[in-house]
Amino acid sequence: MPHKTFFWFIFPTGLAMILFIGLPIVSSFFQSLHIETQQVLMEVENCDPFGCQTNVRVDVEATDKLREENPLGRFNGFGTYLDRNHLAFDEIGEAWNISSSMGEFKDIVLNLPFYKALLFTLTFCFAVTPPVIFLGFIVALSINTLSKIIKGLIVFGTILPMIVTPLIGSLVLFWMIDSQGIIGASIQILFDDPNLSLKASSNLTWITLIIYGIWHNTPFAFVVFYAALQTVPQDPIEAAYIDGATRFQRVRYIVIPHLYPVATFIMLICLMDNFRVFEPIIGFSAEGVAQSLSWMIYQDLRNENKMLFGSAGATSMLTIIGIAILLTPVLIRTWKEFRTER
Amino acid sequence: MKKLLIVLLFSFVSASAFAGSHSPCGVTNGSINILANEFTTYRIFMDEVKSCAGPDADFNVTHSVDHNKLQVAALSANPAEFSAKLVTNGSITPLMNDGLIRPLDDLVAKYGANLNENQKITIDGKIYAVAFMANAQHLWYRESILNDLGIDVPSTYEEVIAAAEKIKAAGVMPNPYAGAFKSGWNLGQEFVNMYLGHGGEFFKSGSAQPNVNNEKGVAALNVIKKLTELSNPDFLTQDTNAVKEEWESGNVALMHVWNSGAASLLDDEGDQAIKADTRLAPSPSVGGGSKPATTLWWDGIGISTNTSDENAEASFRALVGAASSSELANDNPNATVWLIKGYTPGDTAGPVVDAANRGATPYPSFPHMSLMHGALSSELVEFLQGNESAEKALADVEAAYVAKATEQGFL
Repeated sequence: MPHKTFFWFIFPTGLAMILFIGLPIVSSFFQSLHIETQQVLMEVENCDPFGCQTNVRVDVEATDKLREENPLGRFNGFGTYLDRNHLAFDEIGEAWNISSSMGEFKDIVLNLPFYKALLFTLTFCFAVTPPVIFLGFIVALSINTLSKIIKGLIVFGTILPMIVTPLIGSLVLFWMIDSQGIIGASIQILFDDPNLSLKASSNLTWITLIIYGIWHNTPFAFVVFYAALQTVPQDPIEAAYIDGATRFQRVRYIVIPHLYPVATFIMLICLMDNFRVFEPIIGFSAEGVAQSLSWMIYQDLRNENKMLFGSAGATSMLTIIGIAILLTPVLIRTWKEFRTER
Repeated sequence: MKKLLIVLLFSFVSASAFAGSHSPCGVTNGSINILANEFTTYRIFMDEVKSCAGPDADFNVTHSVDHNKLQVAALSANPAEFSAKLVTNGSITPLMNDGLIRPLDDLVAKYGANLNENQKITIDGKIYAVAFMANAQHLWYRESILNDLGIDVPSTYEEVIAAAEKIKAAGVMPNPYAGAFKSGWNLGQEFVNMYLGHGGEFFKSGSAQPNVNNEKGVAALNVIKKLTELSNPDFLTQDTNAVKEEWESGNVALMHVWNSGAASLLDDEGDQAIKADTRLAPSPSVGGGSKPATTLWWDGIGISTNTSDENAEASFRALVGAASSSELANDNPNATVWLIKGYTPGDTAGPVVDAANRGATPYPSFPHMSLMHGALSSELVEFLQGNESAEKALADVEAAYVAKATEQGFL
């Protein structure tokens, strides 16, 4: 394709991407370099039903004046990125000096909010993605062999977990795993432990979230694999059949190589999806024990009485960098395959 | 079709033009849009506000337990999303910090003749809110269970723990105690109560520097830890409403929740045997202190700065009509402790009055308190799960607070 044609071909997409993806990222980055202007405090007398007392309040006029002079707030450079709630280099340095063993150092670092969230996010990503690809493949293979009459119904049933809004799906499960819910109570009976609670311990909560993640994501892998299975050429399969290959051998040596690029695609999408895990944490009320990077952004924008834009911007930037790092190996591999094919 | 549309449009316009002709509070024009917390007493109050505004008024109310998280963003917009907000001594400070609620002196002078003097919340000489109820967390107990085991009503947390252990040991209930320990605002509030009960101060005097990592903080955390060990293992996911459900299911014999809970705990719904057995007691003191480990709260009306004067006036008239309605208060004497003129306190007001008399501290109204509360909300969980020491948890609270207060410009 000549460069000129290519340019006009890509122009609308490129423009939309710059407007709706590029500019917001630049704006978030710019905001993350700033913090709020200094609050001007003044002493005042407050009276309420419980009596009068001297208190401090923000001098709104004086603070507003400062804010008008600097609408973006004070320039803080990369200060927000380096503070305790983000990369926390100072705290890590100190931890390195005071800790006597690697274990102690690890404990201190993983207690810092950003690294705690990163640990959960990565654990979730890598615990959910492989089972999703595996299960999605198995389900697609099984459903592909069903007779046409029931196929439609089963396919619909299988993709239900993907149709349910994540927040609603996780809320439903949250009530089911309650110690008085059907799953929670059954597990208590099964293990003969009346105090067993899936919501109480952090390990069990993590496992619950991961199982939820697999449940929610498998249909996506299934749908893509199922579509790809329809494109598997029948001739080699028949040939292999005549040569006496077992079903396993046919799948292993013909179907899987054919679906390989599709699996890479699913892995790419799943990793991206799971890296921004958020809704199940809210649905399962798991904020206490499982925080993800997206949840940190939500916390900054929603859970504080005042929105912490700088902090949220910094976490967003770090999340983008995290996704980029995570996807690099897959992208490099795809690029290499692309080159060899040419 | 077009004609029909025009007729419909006309009737709609004329209806709103003549709106207010039936309004008991004299609301003539302007729209009323209120943001409020979600619990039964507020529902009762809002019903009165709505009937006061009249059937023709443009009236909307949004009840949400997330009101604290919504308010600043919703009222910062111009025009604001809501013309009024039900505020408390806790939630008013973030609004005051940004000047999002307006002084009410003119409106009070015009329409507030029936208000008690102590309903007027003045800050720096100006009225910024009109309070209508007082609230506090205090102890609730099941009389028959305590009587059966020969336990006196606990007056200190040490006695609460002993009583709960006794109930547990007797095999009556596996988890006899309940409190709102949900990670987030509720958990932070439990620490605020316990720390103030131990005589703690949240900030170094005259500054915004944190001051919770000390002996009193550690003692407060240890009491909370003991209480959670006597609670449902899911305590980190239970907010006040979930605790009340536990109570109504008969799973709990002792709990520390809001006085306004009486509105739903003592109503005609649910198990009447449990209701008949439910008793209210003063909030316990802790660690040998004399004041109860609870905080005093008022709930009141705030009017948005960023709304038109017309909407502000309409909202204020409807709200203040309810906030000075002695019928509302005396028809629902047990819904809460009303501050309304002509109100005769009901049977359930005792614990709040007692807390005030014994010198309970009002919830601190420093501009930076919400950041401290936020830090407490998220950093105490690991201690309660036994994954870190109390000192470490409190050091984390201070560090998290400092990072946020720096970004907000308080430090």
